[in-house]
Parts: sequence; C-alpha cells; structure tokens
Amino acid sequence: MTALAARRRHPLATAILVMIGLIVTGVLYAAATSGKAAAAVSAADEIEAGKKLFLANCSTCHGLNAEGRRNAPSLVGVGAAAVDFQVGTGRMPMAATGPQAPKVSPVRYTQDEIKAMAAYVASLGPGPAIPSAEDVDPAKGDVAMGSLIFRTNCAMCHNFAGKGGALTRGKYAAGLEGVTPEHIYEAMVTGPQSMPVFTDQTISPENKRDIIAFLQSVEEAPAPGGLSLGSFGPVTEGLVAWLAGLGLLVGCAVWLGAKSS
Amino acid sequence: MTTTTTAKKAGSLANWTDERLGASKGVKFLARKIFPDHWSFMLGEVALYSFIILLLTGVFLSLFYIPSAGHTVYDGVYAPLVNQQVSEAYASTVGISFDVRGGLLMRQIHHWAALVFVAAMTVHMFRVFFTGAFRKPRELNWVIGCVLVLLGIVEGFLGYSLPDDLLSGTGIRIASSIILAIPVVGSYLSFFLFGGEFPGESFIPRIYTIHVLLLPAIFLALIGAHLVMLVIQKHTQYPGPGRTNTNVVGYPLFPVYTAKAGGFFFIVFGVITLLSALVTINPIWAYGGYDPSPVTAGSQPDWYMGFMDGAVRLMTGWGEFTAFGFTWSFNILIPALLIPGLMTIPLILYPWIEQWATGDRREHHLLDRPRNVPTRTALGAMGITFYILLWISGGNDIMATVLRLSINDITLTLRVLIFILPPVVYIVTKRICLGMQRKDRDKVLHGRETAVIVRTESGEYFEVHEPLDEYKRWNLVQHETHEPLAELPSEDANGVRRPGAGSGWKRRLSKFYFEQRVEPVTPAELAAAHHDHHGHEAIEATSAHH
Repeated sequence: MTALAARRRHPLATAILVMIGLIVTGVLYAAATSGKAAAAVSAADEIEAGKKLFLANCSTCHGLNAEGRRNAPSLVGVGAAAVDFQVGTGRMPMAATGPQAPKVSPVRYTQDEIKAMAAYVASLGPGPAIPSAEDVDPAKGDVAMGSLIFRTNCAMCHNFAGKGGALTRGKYAAGLEGVTPEHIYEAMVTGPQSMPVFTDQTISPENKRDIIAFLQSVEEAPAPGGLSLGSFGPVTEGLVAWLAGLGLLVGCAVWLGAKSS
Repeated sequence: MTTTTTAKKAGSLANWTDERLGASKGVKFLARKIFPDHWSFMLGEVALYSFIILLLTGVFLSLFYIPSAGHTVYDGVYAPLVNQQVSEAYASTVGISFDVRGGLLMRQIHHWAALVFVAAMTVHMFRVFFTGAFRKPRELNWVIGCVLVLLGIVEGFLGYSLPDDLLSGTGIRIASSIILAIPVVGSYLSFFLFGGEFPGESFIPRIYTIHVLLLPAIFLALIGAHLVMLVIQKHTQYPGPGRTNTNVVGYPLFPVYTAKAGGFFFIVFGVITLLSALVTINPIWAYGGYDPSPVTAGSQPDWYMGFMDGAVRLMTGWGEFTAFGFTWSFNILIPALLIPGLMTIPLILYPWIEQWATGDRREHHLLDRPRNVPTRTALGAMGITFYILLWISGGNDIMATVLRLSINDITLTLRVLIFILPPVVYIVTKRICLGMQRKDRDKVLHGRETAVIVRTESGEYFEVHEPLDEYKRWNLVQHETHEPLAELPSEDANGVRRPGAGSGWKRRLSKFYFEQRVEPVTPAELAAAHHDHHGHEAIEATSAHH
C-alpha cells in the first residue's frame, strides 16, 4: 500500500483512474445491457415459438396471421389472457364444431407452450394480459363482497352456487367448480364464447378477486344441510320428495297394508 | 295387585269423564267403527300426518322468524353474507339455520314435509279418482279434497316465499307479474296486495299472517270436515266376496287402526326426519337475500307450482300486444291463469260430469277397478300426462344443463308433445283397459292358462285351462257397466217437447263414455261356456286315463 500511496502523485495516476472508472462503467453497462438483450432475445424466441405452435395448431381455423376465418374470430387484440383461458382449459383447439367449445381435460399443451402461444397472440395487438398471482389470490379477496357481486353479475347464468346453467340453442354457462383462479379472472376480462366482458370499469380488479374468493369459499364450504343435490334448486328437491320421500312412504303403506289382506 | 289398582284408577277416570261429558258414547261409536283395509287408503293418512308435522315444526319456526321486510345488516356466523344489506325476514331465517340449535333440521323437516304433503294429497286424489270413490254420496268430500290441494299449493308457495331469499323473491316477482297480466284490474290488484309498488315492505308480514293463521285455520276446518264426512259416509271398500254396497268389511278403529295409524304416523315422521337430516332443501344462505335486480340460473318454484311455471315457459311470446293504448299480456295470462283454471274447474266438477253421463243417482260404496271404467281411467291418465308435461317444462333449463341438450329443442318438443301426447295416452289407456277387461272375461269363461300342453290320441294339442275358484271369479264379474243413454225422441207422441230428453250433449257425452265397453260375464254366459267345455273336459279326462 505504501508503494501505491507513494505513486499517487504520479503524472499517469489521473489517467489510470479515469481508465479504471471507464472500464468499470463500461463493464457494468455491458453487463446490464447484455442482460436486457438476452431477455429481449428470449421474448422474441417465445413469440417465435408461439407463432410456430400457432401455425401448426390454430391457423387452420384462425388463419395464418390470426386474422380469423368464417367460423373462427380474429385473434388480433384478444390478449394473452384469452389464449391462456381458451387453451389452458382445453377449449381450444376445438375438436369439433358445436354450439360452444367444451372444457376438455387433460389439456394438450404444456404451460410453456400455452405461454408461448399467448405471447404470440399478445404481440399481434394490445389486449388483456395474464393476471399476476396476486391479482387472483383468493386469500386477499373479500368473500362477502364477492358473493354480492357474483349474485348481481354472474348468478343469472352460472347459478347461485356456480353450478352453471343453460343458454340458448345448446350453449351453456359452464360450471365453475374446479376452475383455477387465473382462468376465472381471464374469463371475466376476455368474455369467452357467450360470456360478456367485464372490464376493470365494470368490475374492478379487486372485486374480481373478491368473486374468486367467494367461488373458492363455495367450493370449500361444507354442506350444512346434508347432500346438496347438485345445488340445482327445487327441481332436484321435488324429484327427491317424490321418489325418496313419497316413494318410501307408499312402500311403507303397502307393507302395512299387506300385513292384513 | 298393581294391575287391578291401575285398572280401577283408569275406570274411575273414565267414569268421571263419562259422567261429565258423556264421553262413552263417542268412544264406543269410534272405537267400534269399522274401516276397510288397503294400502291405498293410507295415502290420505300420509297427507294428514305430514300436515301435523307441518303444524309442529311451523310453531317452532315461528318462534324465531321475524316477519318483516325491514332492512338490516347481516352479522351472523355465515361469512359470505356478513355486512350485506338484507331483510329482517331473511336474516332471521339464516339465523334459524345457523344460530338456533336444531333450527336447520326443523326448517328442513318443515320444507320436506310440505313437499310430501302436497305430493301425498295428489296421489290420494289419484286413488280416489281412479277408483270412483268420488261418486255419490261423496261428491262434496271430493270438492273439499280439491280445495285442500289448491290451498296446499298456495300455502306452500307462501311458506317458500317467507324467507325472502333471492329464489323465493324471484317467485314473488313472477306472481306479481301474473297479477299484473290480468286485464284492467291487474295493476290495481298488485298495488293492493303489495301495498304499493313491488316488492315494498308490506308483503312479508301479510303473507306471514296468511301462512300461519288464516290458511292453517281453513285447513284445520276443511280437514275436520273431510274426516267427519269420512266417518259419517263410511269408508269405501274394494269389491270382493262378501263386500256389498250396504256393509263395510274391515277392522275396528280400536285396537287395530289406532295402533296401525299411530304407528304409521311415526313412520311418516321418521321418513321425513331422515330425509331432512340427510338432504339439503332450500339452502337460502346460498341464494342470498332478495334484491329485485339479480336472479339465479335455474330459478324454479317448489314442485307443486312447477306446472304453472312450465306452462309459462311453453307459451310463445305472441300473446303480448298493444291495443287501445294498453299492453295486453296474454302470453302470461293464458298459461299462468287460464290453463290452471281450465285444469281445476273440470277436476272439481268431475263427479257431476260423470253422473250426468251415466244418469246414475245411486249411492256407491264399492270402488271401481280402474279397468272397468275405461273412459274415466283414460281421461285421468290424459289429465295426468298433460300435467306432467307442463311440470317437465318447468325444469327445461335444468334438463338442458344436465343432459347437455338445447333448451330450444326441449321447449319445442314439449310444445308439440303437449298437444299430441295427452290424446295418445287417452287412446292407449282406453285400449289397455278394454283389453284387460276382455282378458278378465276370458279368464272367467275359460279359466286360467296353466301352461300345460296336452296332446290327444288323434294328435290334437291344447293347453289345459284351470277354472277360477268362485272367490277369484267374483272379483272379475261383480261390476256393472253403463250403457249409453237411450236416444229418446225429443218430442213425445203428441208432439210435446219431452222434458227429460235434455240436450243432445248429454247423450253425446254418454256415448263418449260408454259406447265402447266390455260387459262382465253373466251367469248364463258362464253356464253356457261350461256346457261347451264339457266335451273338451271329457277329452281331457279320457286322455288322462290312457
């Protein structure tokens, strides 16, 4: 250290310091920018991979540039959320034409492949993104608020307990049990099939999370009254009243009557 | 020793009552009253016992229920409802379900018992109809029974509405719309019933009074009258050897029926309680409190209102139009009021319709076997088919969801079936009845097929028929058939209008009822058949000898 200290007034010292400073800055800058460049490259790769998957699996109906055809809509501007929902629940690619695309399991693509296709579609035009884990965390939602919003906006098609319901001409509102929080959120922001779109203006992101919390609570809640009969309301109750209730009682009456005559 | 003291005590108590109230006469009369025995006579009992269960559980519920549509904020144990604005009626019903000990079970017993009550009344009515138990002298009791079924539907609907949950509120909304659909007076009536614009706050307390006070009182009075008439007129019995129009073959009320009926009450209570303990009914906590804006998919009324809902669902929209500056909602009026009305009036008047066709003014205490009155049985089957089709239509969306069908296709199919199926069922039922009667004739005349094939010496094959014993035969020949009323000229020989001739309608109706008929075997026919058979039996005898 003394040798270094002795030479601190050397004429080249300033130049060397400047040199060191420049090198450090340059290396740091290079390190930082090269990281971004790598990320940019991988995002481009993902979009490229997504495009390949799209061309192989989706373009037959949606067109080579996702511009849409007679029976399949344009995917420009539907966003990553729509792809994640439709492909992630197995609805797309649709195996056969029908009133609406049914939920299919198991899903045919890995999560990475779905993400790649979502990235490709998202690159075509701005649209709703895949929500973050925090956006859909049921633990952060308000169940009571969710039940109120669900009842006002969703129950008319999906039934009070999210069991689903009939729409016109074979279409239906799907049952919501077992649907992941991400997919519920994405369905709300993209409005798949017959479902309306609930933008952030109609139902705020927080309220969407409340709905997710409510649906989670419905799934986890025990049935305090016993068998729920599918939560379909009075139709199944009437069936049970006649078949189980009255059926059993008539059986008892026949048994009592048979004892004597 | 103890038994003698107990008997003495009981005796002195009985004596005490008898001296003051003259109870022995009534006890003697009732205890020795004879009732015939058959399982189908117990269907009315199921209704009666479920009514008693309804009274008992209803009293319990009324201790905790608050009949008020006043606003409150829910703050009970059920998390998904906390801090929601609900009515006091709804909050208290959720409270009964989750905060009152045994409250949910009581609610479920009350509701299941209500569904079973109306169902039991319905099948009891079917039994009375198809066996002709409504005939003279029991026409009035038939009318009381019909009124009880109708009141049961109203009472059930009001009870279903009391919790003021989303589902029942939707039902009340539909009820108010039906009232609004009545031309001219509809809106006045609706404002009168709801105390202003729907839903208002008057409705809940009003229907509460009707549900727990007015209708139960009418029920008790009518059920009392129904049972008193049953005792006075004696119970009908199925035909059989030794059973006539002037006797009753059966067991006395004491001890046989007191034990049987008492036991059956506990069976009914037990079955309904079991059902209530195992199966949820009307989960109002999941429906949420009523608010006129939301509605849930699969909004249905309880089963007994289902046919009305189904009729509305089947109706097309063309019934609504504007004329003279008013909207006329025949699309609601026809299915919701006209069709139920047109179904009810013939039902109530049926005893007189049939009496008009038969011209039979005699008393009937022996029941009909349904096959022996083909037209009545076929009409009943037709009516039930019509009812069931409407009922099914009420669940069209649930069928579409569960069976993955198009609701449009289901509705269209039912719209066609509602016109086609009832007449088809009428014809098929009538043919089946006539066929069964012919089979009965065949059995009486030729005996029962034994499935034993005999070959004679000459190579002839025949099946051995075993004659019926006379007890079994009696059941197949005891009834009488009606003939169509004779075509009398409307004027007598002097050209004066014959007063009894009536209109052609009566004869036409009579012809409709009795033109196609199978007469029971007469003794002469039976004798002739046996005579013919002697040759045959002789052959059988000889072949058996060899």
